Amino acid sequence: MTNTQTLRAATAQRTARSRAGGSGRRRSRTDVRIALLFIAPALIGLLLFYVVPTARGLYLSFTEYSILGEPEWIGTRNYERIAQDPLFWNALVVTVEYVVINIVLQTSIALLLAVLMQRVAKSTFVRGTLLMPYLMANVIAALLWFWMLDYQIGIVNQVIDWIGLPRIAFFGNQEWAIPTQALINTWRHVGYTALLIFAGLQAIPSTVYEAAAIDGAGPWRTFSRITLPLLRPVLALVLVVTVTGSFQVFDTVAVTTAGGPVNASRVLQYYIFQRAFNEQDFGYGSALAAILFVILAVVAALQMKFLRGNESDLD
Amino acid sequence: MTETMNIVVPGRARRRPRKGRSIIAWIVIAVAMAVSLLPFYWVLRTSLSLNSKLAAGSADLLPVGFNFGAYERVFGLQSPAEAIAQGGSGASINFWQYLGNSFLFAGITTVCAVFFSSMAAYAFSRLQWRHRDKVFGLFLATVLVPPIFTALPNFLMVRNLGLLGTMLGLVLPYLFMTPFAIFFMRQFFLNMSREVEEAAMLDGAQHWRIFFQIVLPNAAAPLATLALLTFIGQWNEYFWPLLVSDESTRVLTVGLGVFKSQSPQGAPDWSGLMAATLVSALPVLVIFLAFGKRIVNSIGFSGMK
Repeated sequence: MTNTQTLRAATAQRTARSRAGGSGRRRSRTDVRIALLFIAPALIGLLLFYVVPTARGLYLSFTEYSILGEPEWIGTRNYERIAQDPLFWNALVVTVEYVVINIVLQTSIALLLAVLMQRVAKSTFVRGTLLMPYLMANVIAALLWFWMLDYQIGIVNQVIDWIGLPRIAFFGNQEWAIPTQALINTWRHVGYTALLIFAGLQAIPSTVYEAAAIDGAGPWRTFSRITLPLLRPVLALVLVVTVTGSFQVFDTVAVTTAGGPVNASRVLQYYIFQRAFNEQDFGYGSALAAILFVILAVVAALQMKFLRGNESDLD
Repeated sequence: MTETMNIVVPGRARRRPRKGRSIIAWIVIAVAMAVSLLPFYWVLRTSLSLNSKLAAGSADLLPVGFNFGAYERVFGLQSPAEAIAQGGSGASINFWQYLGNSFLFAGITTVCAVFFSSMAAYAFSRLQWRHRDKVFGLFLATVLVPPIFTALPNFLMVRNLGLLGTMLGLVLPYLFMTPFAIFFMRQFFLNMSREVEEAAMLDGAQHWRIFFQIVLPNAAAPLATLALLTFIGQWNEYFWPLLVSDESTRVLTVGLGVFKSQSPQGAPDWSGLMAATLVSALPVLVIFLAFGKRIVNSIGFSGMK
């Protein structure tokens, strides 16, 4: 504050002088150079760690490259091999299964929580508590649930046993491996999604609800006819972010099941990791990553199109 | 806004019973809060238990055989024999080193990325230049590239530079900017009053000086929020450190994964693992207790990652 005050005082004295200098036009010209100076570090980062690697990754996907020696151009052979690779198709199916369970659970619970928070509890304490799991590393969420869901002595199976149901091998059973990963992520992520939706709800003017109340609309009607449509742009953004994020599930799988049992939780990113880093097959790994890239772009574009995420009904 | 809501409420209350519905709403929220928090209690309870007694008292709500052995194991204060006697697996974790590495990694990347991103955000909001918004769009577009896609070439580059296993190689891709940080600071700069800055400019002050002496000090609050969010994100980072770090630069997330996977005797050291987990989460928990309100209020559209 003192800085601004000094500067302001100094300005009053010298305004006349600088006006006489007529620096206005020169300023707009020099701005390009100055702007370049300001964005220089970020630009270096953009080029070195985003643009160049993207181009290089694309190039590598057309090569055979075992990290030793030089990449060897093999055209589209990696992609042809991937099309025949049962492990890839398995990874795709498993990943989609994860995304669907995760997104359906997470979004519906988050929506419910957001609406309820909007109604009865807007306090920072409530929101903060719900956000806590999101601030934990995926690795921590994974370990915590790996323990709580342990077949022998995990508390969840104790409770299941106590209720009288058969114990569940959450991580050891092929049927359960992916739903378990999705549940862990839902636990970690649902509060964050709820807060994003909650912020969207806050932006809906209360007059709309008042009008609905006067017209005698019940809570369900208000929700389906007013809240949901007006929330659509927010939901679209939330979905694009959570869906693309879910397709890249890795940490929890790597720490708990490492793709198993058998191939039950070998999700795409884990498969890419294995091909590139365990089998030193960087060409094949890059091609797999390129396919993931395309899948994400298509899914995001489709979502924006069908949810019309960039239009708002509020205007 | 709240006032208009209050006026409406009595009218609603007359038409249908609102109280019952509120109670149900509260119950749902309370359950969600419990599900969020109880696992943390269970981690604490397990970490204070004697590992060898966990199986027998697996449903006890309080620590079984209360002791601090698990923490002693994690911090390397127990001899292997002692550890095994307590039901530890005999696995060791170089905890202090990982802790230091995590602080270095998260600290360095946060300071640099926040600073450089703010500089860029200034150019994208307060300066007028040709193609400004197109260049900004290019920066934003990078969020579309999945990290795994760039991680492979980035790994090769770090390897070719001979930086595998070094702290420099670990922090390098995060140093210069994050699209989120640029976006976040730009939003704030756009809403800043032009007045003071223009006065200074007429005074002949350079952009550099304006940025450091006026813009940055006035942006202390959003800078702090951004730094907290970035630090937490970096603290939790797993994939990239897994690729490029070795024992000497290993961070906690990767260390935890290794600790979990090595159980020489077959039986996992749950108490030790949960103690390590809790200590790893502690810095973030402390940050959250101190600055929770700031973090919670930053989650909205502008805070969307």
